[in-house]
Amino acid sequence: MTTSSNAVLEPAVRDAREAAPAALSPTRPLYWSVRRELWENRSIYLAPLGVAVFVVVGLVIHGITMPSHLPSMLGRETGSLPSSAAMYRMMALLMMVTAFVVGTFYCVEALSGERRDRSILFWKSLPVSDLTTVLAKASIPLVVLPLVTFAAIVATQLSVLLLSAVALLVQGQGVAQFWNGLQLPTLWVKLPYALAAIALWHAPIYAFLLMVSGWARRTAALWAVLPLLAIGLFEKATMNTLRVASFVEYRLVGWYGAAFDVHAGEHTPFHPLTSLAPGRFLGTPGLWIGLAVAALFLAAAVRLRRYREPS
Amino acid sequence: MACIEARGLRKAYGGTVALDGVDLRVEAGRILGIVGPNGAGKTTALNAILGLTPFEGELEVLGRDPWTERGTLMRDVSFIADVAVLPRWLRVSQAVDYLAGVHPRFDRAKAEALLARTTIPRAARVRELSKGMVAQLHLALVMAVDARLLVLDEPTLGLDILFRKQFYDSLLTDYFDHSRTIVLATHQVEEVQDVLTDLVFIDRGRVVFDRSMEEIESRYTEVMIRPGHDGAARALGPVHERQLFGRTIMLFDHADRRELAALGDVRTPKIADLFVAVVGSQVQPQGAAG
Repeated sequence: MTTSSNAVLEPAVRDAREAAPAALSPTRPLYWSVRRELWENRSIYLAPLGVAVFVVVGLVIHGITMPSHLPSMLGRETGSLPSSAAMYRMMALLMMVTAFVVGTFYCVEALSGERRDRSILFWKSLPVSDLTTVLAKASIPLVVLPLVTFAAIVATQLSVLLLSAVALLVQGQGVAQFWNGLQLPTLWVKLPYALAAIALWHAPIYAFLLMVSGWARRTAALWAVLPLLAIGLFEKATMNTLRVASFVEYRLVGWYGAAFDVHAGEHTPFHPLTSLAPGRFLGTPGLWIGLAVAALFLAAAVRLRRYREPS
Repeated sequence: MACIEARGLRKAYGGTVALDGVDLRVEAGRILGIVGPNGAGKTTALNAILGLTPFEGELEVLGRDPWTERGTLMRDVSFIADVAVLPRWLRVSQAVDYLAGVHPRFDRAKAEALLARTTIPRAARVRELSKGMVAQLHLALVMAVDARLLVLDEPTLGLDILFRKQFYDSLLTDYFDHSRTIVLATHQVEEVQDVLTDLVFIDRGRVVFDRSMEEIESRYTEVMIRPGHDGAARALGPVHERQLFGRTIMLFDHADRRELAALGDVRTPKIADLFVAVVGSQVQPQGAAG
């Protein structure tokens, strides 16, 4: 049966193959360019994974060596918001910071590395445009890392949750109250929104780093940081103001105040009573100005990759 | 339509002129060797052909402007710079997967078959391979692409003589089929002498010599003059002469071979000797270097 159906199918398959060159989808080079970035930069998923393991193992050791902390870790305390819930929110925050660090380091190296080791001559010998290449590289901090971060956060929280449940059951305690106190489902709804908001808000930062990476002949990281630092220090020394510093701060953390209605008594982000404010976020000029600037930086990065000659 | 058509190709880096009005026409099905001293502009010319560098003047490769249409052009053009450009972190299997993913004319089965002939481990990273293996890998990837133009810039740099021989043998028997065009820049001229169909010398950004190999064989004659016949030979107007083991070797252009045979041992000049005669004579007009 299979052989006969194969025999019927074969000519069609062969035709499809021969027609393939013309029919190659334009998204295929982009897809493979993203995969190639993941092959080269394994830190994109290994770093969040490492942090996840570190957090889980650290908490287990902490629980064993400091048994007096166990009750608060397991949510057996009074109050509207147990500190165990804050612990789960800190895990999310830690993962987001990790993703930001990985993303910035990645972008700084993304276009200078291939010129330094001359592998750009190999990449440019293939039918992949500079635009596709730069978009693939930009998609790492803007799309791939947020997805990896979300998965890593949920995986970390579930692991800790599971271990906590085992500890509670061993102690003969109920799990329901603990679970209710954590309010994890509301956090899991907020996280994708927060990750998307962060990616959009930080887009000009990543695009700027990609542009510098495409421009700098060496030490791209220094070129990315030092000028801004110098201007900031100059401003402080001459005018005694901190406009550059507050601008950088706004670019780094301004997304939170713009995208969320922050709860009054909030000390760590993602307080359960903090609510989403997508309307206000989309109406924030800083978001759109940032995205426009990011587009300009990316266009410059495409141009630089085209013009920068292999050394 | 010519495969490559360049007219008045110019390129300057700051004040340094790398290409100073290069005219070049390469027909389809030819194997062109570009030979020149270091810094003569060979790599710049190839980079312009490959769309890696902007240029002044006119240049068409397979009917396209390489600078504005590199992404599309590279479907029909393959390129090996030298053995150092494959990314060191790339695994052999990833290289095959990636090319199969992005290149519409890449034949995975052919690449697998070519790699099966080597001892390259599929799971190895490029950094773990020997220089010769990297060259084999790159060649296998390139030969599995059904390209119309292959550009090679010092592809065998730093390889031992066995690998170099194997490289060109493989290229000629398994790849070249007279519908493809190969452009090759190298210093190792002795091993490509029998490979080429055409020869170009570039010196200080200009094409100073552009002949087919048939033309070279029919026009140029090198004679090792018998002692005592130097004067008679010189009277026939050699374009170049040099000394070797106490005998004079003269190069003639458009001379009668039978007439020359009476004066000494006649043979077709080697590319290297032709190069010294053509390029060297511009530096030393007397051309008496030994």
